[in-house]
Amino acid sequence: MKCVIAGGNVKVLGRAVHSLSRIGDELYLEPTESGLSLRAVNSSRSAFAAFLFAPLFFQLYEPGSAGPDTELFRCKVHMKSFLGVFRSLPSLEKSVGKCLILLKPRASRLVLQLHCKHGVTKTHNLAFQECERLQAVFDTQRCASRLCAPARLLAEAVVHFPPTLAEVTLGTGTGGRISLRNYVEDDAEPSKTMVTELWLAEDEFQSVAVAPGSHITFCLKEFRGLLSFAEASNLPLTIHFDKPGRPVIFTLDDTVLEVHLVLATLSDLDSSSQCPSTNGVSHLPAPPDDFGDDLESYMAAMETSEGCSEGPPSPTFPLRTPQPAKSKPQQQEEEEEEEEEGAVPGTPPHKKFRSLFFGSVMTPGRPGPATTQEVLAEDSDGES
Amino acid sequence: MRFRAKIVDLACLNHFSRIINTIVKLAKTCILRLTVCKLYFILSDKVANGGASMWCELSQGNFFDEFQMEGVAAEHNEIYLEFVPENLWRALKTAQSAKAVKIKLTNKHCPCLRVAVDLPSLSSCSRIVTHDIPVGVIPRRMWNDFREPSMPDFDVSIYLPVLKTMKSVVERMKNLSNFIVIEANLSGEMNLKIETDLVSVTTHFKDLGNPPWASEDGCQSSGQGRDLESMAEACIDIKKLQQLLAGQQVNPTKALCNIVHKRIVHFILLHEEVSLQYFIPAIA
Repeated sequence: MKCVIAGGNVKVLGRAVHSLSRIGDELYLEPTESGLSLRAVNSSRSAFAAFLFAPLFFQLYEPGSAGPDTELFRCKVHMKSFLGVFRSLPSLEKSVGKCLILLKPRASRLVLQLHCKHGVTKTHNLAFQECERLQAVFDTQRCASRLCAPARLLAEAVVHFPPTLAEVTLGTGTGGRISLRNYVEDDAEPSKTMVTELWLAEDEFQSVAVAPGSHITFCLKEFRGLLSFAEASNLPLTIHFDKPGRPVIFTLDDTVLEVHLVLATLSDLDSSSQCPSTNGVSHLPAPPDDFGDDLESYMAAMETSEGCSEGPPSPTFPLRTPQPAKSKPQQQEEEEEEEEEGAVPGTPPHKKFRSLFFGSVMTPGRPGPATTQEVLAEDSDGES
Repeated sequence: MRFRAKIVDLACLNHFSRIINTIVKLAKTCILRLTVCKLYFILSDKVANGGASMWCELSQGNFFDEFQMEGVAAEHNEIYLEFVPENLWRALKTAQSAKAVKIKLTNKHCPCLRVAVDLPSLSSCSRIVTHDIPVGVIPRRMWNDFREPSMPDFDVSIYLPVLKTMKSVVERMKNLSNFIVIEANLSGEMNLKIETDLVSVTTHFKDLGNPPWASEDGCQSSGQGRDLESMAEACIDIKKLQQLLAGQQVNPTKALCNIVHKRIVHFILLHEEVSLQYFIPAIA
C-alpha cells in the first residue's frame, strides 16, 4: 500500500488519528479498493470507530494488489507511535506539505514520511502487526431513530458537562425537543451529584426522526473525540440509535470521507427483561453483504448464538468464552486468538454496556457467573 | 422557605461568575447565606480546612435583576445552604453568553439550587440548560456556627502590593517551602520570607502604606503606640496564601492585611461592593 496525502488533507488525517486515539491503543490500517480505512476499538470493546478515506482524498492511492484468493494486506500499529507523527496539529498545518504512507510487508515496516518546509523530510518507521479485519456489528438502517445536526450544535451542547463525566443520556421530550442529561449511576448519592440537563429545539437539528420517548446512554469521551473532528471539518453529524442496549452509531459523510463511530449503550435492564426479544435473534442485524469477511460472520454468529441462551440479558459477561460458530470453525480459532489479545485482562468491563462484538451485557464488580441467575439451558460441561 | 433570583445583564453575570471562581479556589464546600439584601459565602474555621476561614459578602442588588427570598420565619428571614461552589461555577462557566440565568431553590428529590440558563440559539426557541446543584439546608440551631468573624486585635495593618506581583512571588516560593512568613510594620514595609535548610529567600515591599483604622470610640486603634519600625510576623501555610492570590482575577480596589503577631493573618479584599475576608492561622 502506498499513498500520498497533500496540503490541508494531512491535517484532516491528523485530526482523524487524534479522534481515534480517544478510543483504543491500537490503530488498524486497512487499505481497500474504496479507500484507506483507519479503525480503532477500545479495550472493553464497547466503542469502535472507522474512518474511510476515499481514493480521491489522496494525491496518490495504491491499495496494493490482491490476488484472487488473497486479501489486501492490513495491519495494526501502536496508537501512540502513529499519533506521535501527527501530535501537533498546528505544526502539521504550518510546515507539512505532503505525507507519504507506505506499507512494506516484506520489510515489516510502516513508513510515514512528512515532507516539510525548507526541504526537511521526517521519516518514521513504525513496527506493525499483521491482523484480521476489525469490524463491529451494526446496521444504521435498522435503527429506529435518527438525528442529524451540525457538529457545532452538539459540541456546544456537550460543553455544559464536566470533562470527567463518563456518560450522557440522550432522550426525547415533548414537542420534539431533544435532551442531553448526565447519567447518574444507581449507587450515586443524589445529594452529592449535580444533574445537568440540556434541551435543544427540534428546529436546531437538520432532521429529526426519533421514536417518541426513546432514550439512550452512551460514553461521552469517545463522542467528544468525534465531535472535535466533525466540528473542525464542519460536517453534519448523524446519530442513529435504537432501544437502550443497542449500539448507537454516529456517522459523518463527505465526498472523500466516511466516518462511523459505534458506541455501546447502557441497557435498560428493567425494560429489556420485560421484553426479552429485544436481545433475541430476530432483532440482530444480519451481516451486510459487502462484509465478506470471516470476522464479521464470526461475530454475527456470536451474537446469534448468544441469543439462544438468553432470556433476560445476562448481567454477567464472560468476555472471551465464545461458543463455537458452527459455520467457520477454523477461522474462529484464529479469531479467538485475536480476541484474546485484544481483550486485555484486567480491563474492567464498562458497566452494563453491551459489547458491540458479542452482544453481551457486562456489569461491574461481578466477575464470576451470578449464582442466583436463572438457568435456562443446562451447562453441558458444568463446573461441578 | 423560598428563593428565586435572576441575572440578565452579562456584565453582572460575568462578575458574579468571577466571584464564584474565587470562592471555588478557597473552599471545597461552603455555606451560602441568603438575606433580603445580601448574599454571603462562608467558610468557617474547621480543623479540616486547616483552620482557615472565609467571609465573602455581596449585595444582591449589584448582580441580580430579580431577587426574592423568604426565610424560615418572618423574624428569621434568612436561608443557610451548604453546597459545593465548584458546581455553581461549572454551571456559570458555560453561561457566559446567556440571555438570562435563573437560580431557584427547589426540593424535588433532594434540596437543590436549580440554575436554569437560557442560551441563545439559531432557532426560534432558546436552548435551556438546567443544573440541579444539591444543597444541604442548615437548620436554624446551627446558624450560630456561621457568624461573621470579628476583626482580630491586630498588631499591624498594611495595604498589600499589586496582587499579581505578590502572586508570582508566592508561587515561586511555594516550590521551595511549605510555609511562608509574612511580616510587616507600621512604616509601610512588608516582607515575604521562606527559610529552609538550604535557602532563605526574602522579598521586600516598601511604601505600601498603612490604613488608618479608628476604633469605635474614636480614640486609639489597634497597633497604636507601637514602634513604627518593629515587625509583626506570622508563619502560615503557603498553599493557603497562594490559593487566595490565585483566585483573584481582577485586582481589588482595596487589598489589605492585618497581622496578629504569631497568631493569624487576616486579609481583606474589596472590589465594588464585594468584600472578601480570609483568615489564615499562624503555624506555631
